[in-house]
Amino acid sequence: MDNKQNQLPLWEVFIQGKNGNPHRHAGSIHASDKNMALQNARDIYTRRGEGRSIWVVKSDNIIASTLDEEGEFFDTTDDKVYRHPTFYKVPEGVKNM
Amino acid sequence: MTEEQKLEQFQARIDAEEKIEPKDWMPEEYRKALIRQMSQHAHSEVIGMQPEGNWALRAPTLRAKKILLAKIQDEGGHGLYLYSATETLGIDRDTMIEQLHEGKAKYSSVFNYPTLNWADIGAIGWLVDGAAIVNQISLQRTSFGSYSRAMIRICKEESFHQRQGYEIMTTMMNGTPEQKEMAQDAMNRWWAPALMMFGPPDNDSAHSKQSLKWKIKRESNDVLRQRFIDKTIDQAHFIGLEIPDKNIRFNKETEHWETSPLDWNEFKQVINGNGPCNHQRLNHHIKYHNEGNWVREAALAFAENEMKLETTTN
Repeated sequence: MDNKQNQLPLWEVFIQGKNGNPHRHAGSIHASDKNMALQNARDIYTRRGEGRSIWVVKSDNIIASTLDEEGEFFDTTDDKVYRHPTFYKVPEGVKNM
Repeated sequence: MTEEQKLEQFQARIDAEEKIEPKDWMPEEYRKALIRQMSQHAHSEVIGMQPEGNWALRAPTLRAKKILLAKIQDEGGHGLYLYSATETLGIDRDTMIEQLHEGKAKYSSVFNYPTLNWADIGAIGWLVDGAAIVNQISLQRTSFGSYSRAMIRICKEESFHQRQGYEIMTTMMNGTPEQKEMAQDAMNRWWAPALMMFGPPDNDSAHSKQSLKWKIKRESNDVLRQRFIDKTIDQAHFIGLEIPDKNIRFNKETEHWETSPLDWNEFKQVINGNGPCNHQRLNHHIKYHNEGNWVREAALAFAENEMKLETTTN
């Protein structure tokens, strides 16, 4: 890795906004270790009380699918409309379904 | 802080409707109760693929077959959501599978009944998934965050299951006398097992009280069962199906349907291993889990090789 100016490693930040909600990606920060990562994440992304819990993950550890592959990667679901409830006819008058 | 103060603080969080997250302090008994309930839930999803799989190659049309396959895939997916949510409590998946295979962990007794005719697939979707939905909607509000989020995801996907089941039943009830007979036969066999899915009556339920206090469960077995009964009887009558219970009666004052007591002796027999398909279900799972071992081994060996290649080329 090109690190001439002692740039610190990159971390991805996930924030749980409200009690019970999933953690959502907020952005990234630089930090030398996990404690600094948590503190930097707090200082940068939750200055207005946006979070009640933070996860940090080293960016190197994130494996992402690429947009180039988007089509073939997801197209297996294109022809499966029957996975949606709206595909089925419920007779008129039937309740609670 | 003393253990007692910790407990008090924990209960206060629960009472304030806060969700407990995996790394928060929790009483050991809370963790154990969750692992028991969530792993049982996960095992049920996975074992539940078997009775339906029985008809995958015999579905009456290509349309029906594709739908059935999609539903079975969903059940597998739901099992995986639940296993991962349980793993956040510190138990690994191998241990859970081991407990299933050794009979230490249970799964829903309803999956120990056989699927004898095509209408059984309709009855499972409509009744068994219908009952599961009533339970799972309630569990969306469970106090454990990972479980609650898994339930929300599952509920979104379940509604297609119930609808496809009801569609099968409706089609058959609009069909020949023989088809109607098959639909009614499936109804007769699945009604009571579906009602038993909610567990024993409240005054006889071993874990209920503490689970309600900790809000692992949000509503009692009997309350949930009644909700399902009220919904389902109308849906049955609407397509001309009879409820296999001569004592049903709509109570105008309470606005609830009244039904006969269930045969809890049968429930105990089935949950303790003596149902019609217990051995078959478990043996099937053990067999295919073991036969899949070489795939896991090969995948790990491949990954190890890849890693070696990476380190030598860098």
